[in-house]
Amino acid sequence: MPELLEIRDLHVDVEGKRVLKGVNLTLRPGEVHAVMGPNGSGKSTLAYTIAGRPGYEVVEGDILVEGESIVDLEPEERALKGIFLGFQEPPPLPGVRLSSLVVAAVNKRMGVESLSRAADPRIFRKLVEALQKVGLGPEYAQRELHVGFSGGEKKRAEVAQALVLDPKIVILDEPDSGLDIDGVRIVASIIKELRDSGKGILLITHYARLLQYVKPDSVTVLLDGRVAARGGPELAEEIEKKGYTAVARA
Amino acid sequence: MESARSLLPERLPEEILGYASPTRAKIEFRGRISRSLIEEISRVKKEPDWMRRLRLRALELFEKLPTPNWVLGVEEIDLDELAHYVKPEVDQPVESWEELPKEIREYYEKLGIPELEAKLLSGLSVQFESETVYHKVKEFLERKGVIMLPMEEAVRRYPDLVKKYFTRVFPPSDHKFAALHVALWSGGAFVYVPKGVKIYEPVEAFFLIGRSLEAQFEHTLVVADEGSYIHFIEGCSAPMFKGYSFHDGMVEIYAHKNSVVKFTTIQNWSRNVINFNNKRGIAEEGARIDWIEGSIGSKITYTYPSTILRGRGASSSSIVVQLAKGPYIKDSGSKMIHLAPDTRSRIVNKSISVDGGVNIYRGLVRVVRGAKRARSHVECQSLILDDRSIAYTYPHNQVDEPTAQVTHEATTGRIGEDQLFYLQQRGLTEQEATSLLVMGFLEDVMADLPFEYASVLRRVIEIEFARLGGVG
Repeated sequence: MPELLEIRDLHVDVEGKRVLKGVNLTLRPGEVHAVMGPNGSGKSTLAYTIAGRPGYEVVEGDILVEGESIVDLEPEERALKGIFLGFQEPPPLPGVRLSSLVVAAVNKRMGVESLSRAADPRIFRKLVEALQKVGLGPEYAQRELHVGFSGGEKKRAEVAQALVLDPKIVILDEPDSGLDIDGVRIVASIIKELRDSGKGILLITHYARLLQYVKPDSVTVLLDGRVAARGGPELAEEIEKKGYTAVARA
Repeated sequence: MESARSLLPERLPEEILGYASPTRAKIEFRGRISRSLIEEISRVKKEPDWMRRLRLRALELFEKLPTPNWVLGVEEIDLDELAHYVKPEVDQPVESWEELPKEIREYYEKLGIPELEAKLLSGLSVQFESETVYHKVKEFLERKGVIMLPMEEAVRRYPDLVKKYFTRVFPPSDHKFAALHVALWSGGAFVYVPKGVKIYEPVEAFFLIGRSLEAQFEHTLVVADEGSYIHFIEGCSAPMFKGYSFHDGMVEIYAHKNSVVKFTTIQNWSRNVINFNNKRGIAEEGARIDWIEGSIGSKITYTYPSTILRGRGASSSSIVVQLAKGPYIKDSGSKMIHLAPDTRSRIVNKSISVDGGVNIYRGLVRVVRGAKRARSHVECQSLILDDRSIAYTYPHNQVDEPTAQVTHEATTGRIGEDQLFYLQQRGLTEQEATSLLVMGFLEDVMADLPFEYASVLRRVIEIEFARLGGVG
């Protein structure tokens, strides 16, 4: 049985600079796998590389989804294979309403050619329900996505899309930064919901704060592009107490 | 969405219409523009003498006026080789589509015009080459006293009414191609809305050029009497053919006291058409003229919707969306001339340049002394999708009234790599992501279009960008 997501000895260059230097990682359905590490350790690079962002060059190693390599696929092909990335800093999309984006994205998943006409009319209800779960009003469906959104609203809108688009692998890049404590609780409950529905979650986070609300099954610590430590939820607590360097040395 | 979508063209005109199918002409006048050519056209049309003389005066002006030296593409046009008048094999405009020759009827059917007519329009006038071939107005318009006629018929049946306005809004002396238009005009529609009559279902005129080396000079005249309301839509298209054809149309609007005229153009000529357009309106006291232009097709387009705000409190808006995709040029801009106090105008220009396309905005806001408290706001937004494409903005403000307020905003945007990647991560291809962002760029002006036409425009843009051979 192949793993849902398997990262093998991944080396990645960004702008000619080696950022990931041999990362291994597996993710199973229904698992929350936290990836922690200080700034610049390669956490976001890992997320972007899995999603296929141009400029993130795999020079060695492989990324497999259900046993198939995805490193030669376009970003949209990876998305349609079930990879979803919740962005740390999503760009504003002037004029593009959240509902238009969701309609286009769902239509693509249903193999419908038109991007503007909802092939599944239930999608609007689903979107409004998702928004409600993340604590955003239904009017956000008609807002231009991420235009004038606060840091917290951005995070909530990203997580809401994960609920609507029904991916297999959910990568959340620092979904708790910029959120107040209520926001962190809400995001944690969404992560649990996604996990309980069988999705594999790669949870990238700088601080252990979020992990107090959602217990990870595994924790990987990245330092300077390498796996510095790996363990269960206790590792997150240790980092909280001692800091990254001490944990890595141990 | 469902119903509108099923009756709207899903492809570009070039594809829908394909290559021009041969149609026979009953009469064709080709070659050098002379007095005798104009006399012939006038004779064929059985025109009153005043119109014949008006044409001849315009011809003299055409010969005298200089060729504007800033107009690109003029050198491509050899007027001596064009057919200036082509009458298709339809004697009189018919009132049912079945009466049209099959090969002509098929063009309009492919474009979905008959369905649009049935669903939306209170009157439709359809021109093929130089003549109106189909013309039908719903009964309630006539009951309310609205006159909508092919231009030639209006000249014959309502000479006094037509004479009062024809070329009074846009005189042939304005420039060389205005003079050429008046000398050779043929086809187009005349609309008169009586006092206080409000028609909310739009009327439409649709123009088709079906062959190479043809010149089309339709003339549209809309007169809205006091307190009336009318929405006029014009559409145009052409199949593909070898070489080029030339369009030099004219629109005149006269909006009497407290009337409202909305004028919407969806220009979707094939890439073989060089398109000159002369559009002008006069707004009297308290009247309003709103222009909307979706400038999608053609090889080169020159169009400058203009309003003369002549009466106190008159207002006008002009929204132009211009797309230059590929080695094509869109030169346009709106003009607002404030001649009276408390007049207001608003200009919005949105251009999208891609694949080497060139967009030019050339606008004018003029406020004369005494037009107290006149206000005007100009907004130009250019979206440039790659390094080979260009957008120029030449706004001109001439403000001689100290109490006037004229403001201008111009922005140039590009689509960011982060935006494209974000949308690709949601499952869209780069092209689909681009088309979604382009539609986002146009989102606020779409709201001003009737639903069915916004759908057409959306669909055209979706298709145009679905085909981009890689952006950036």
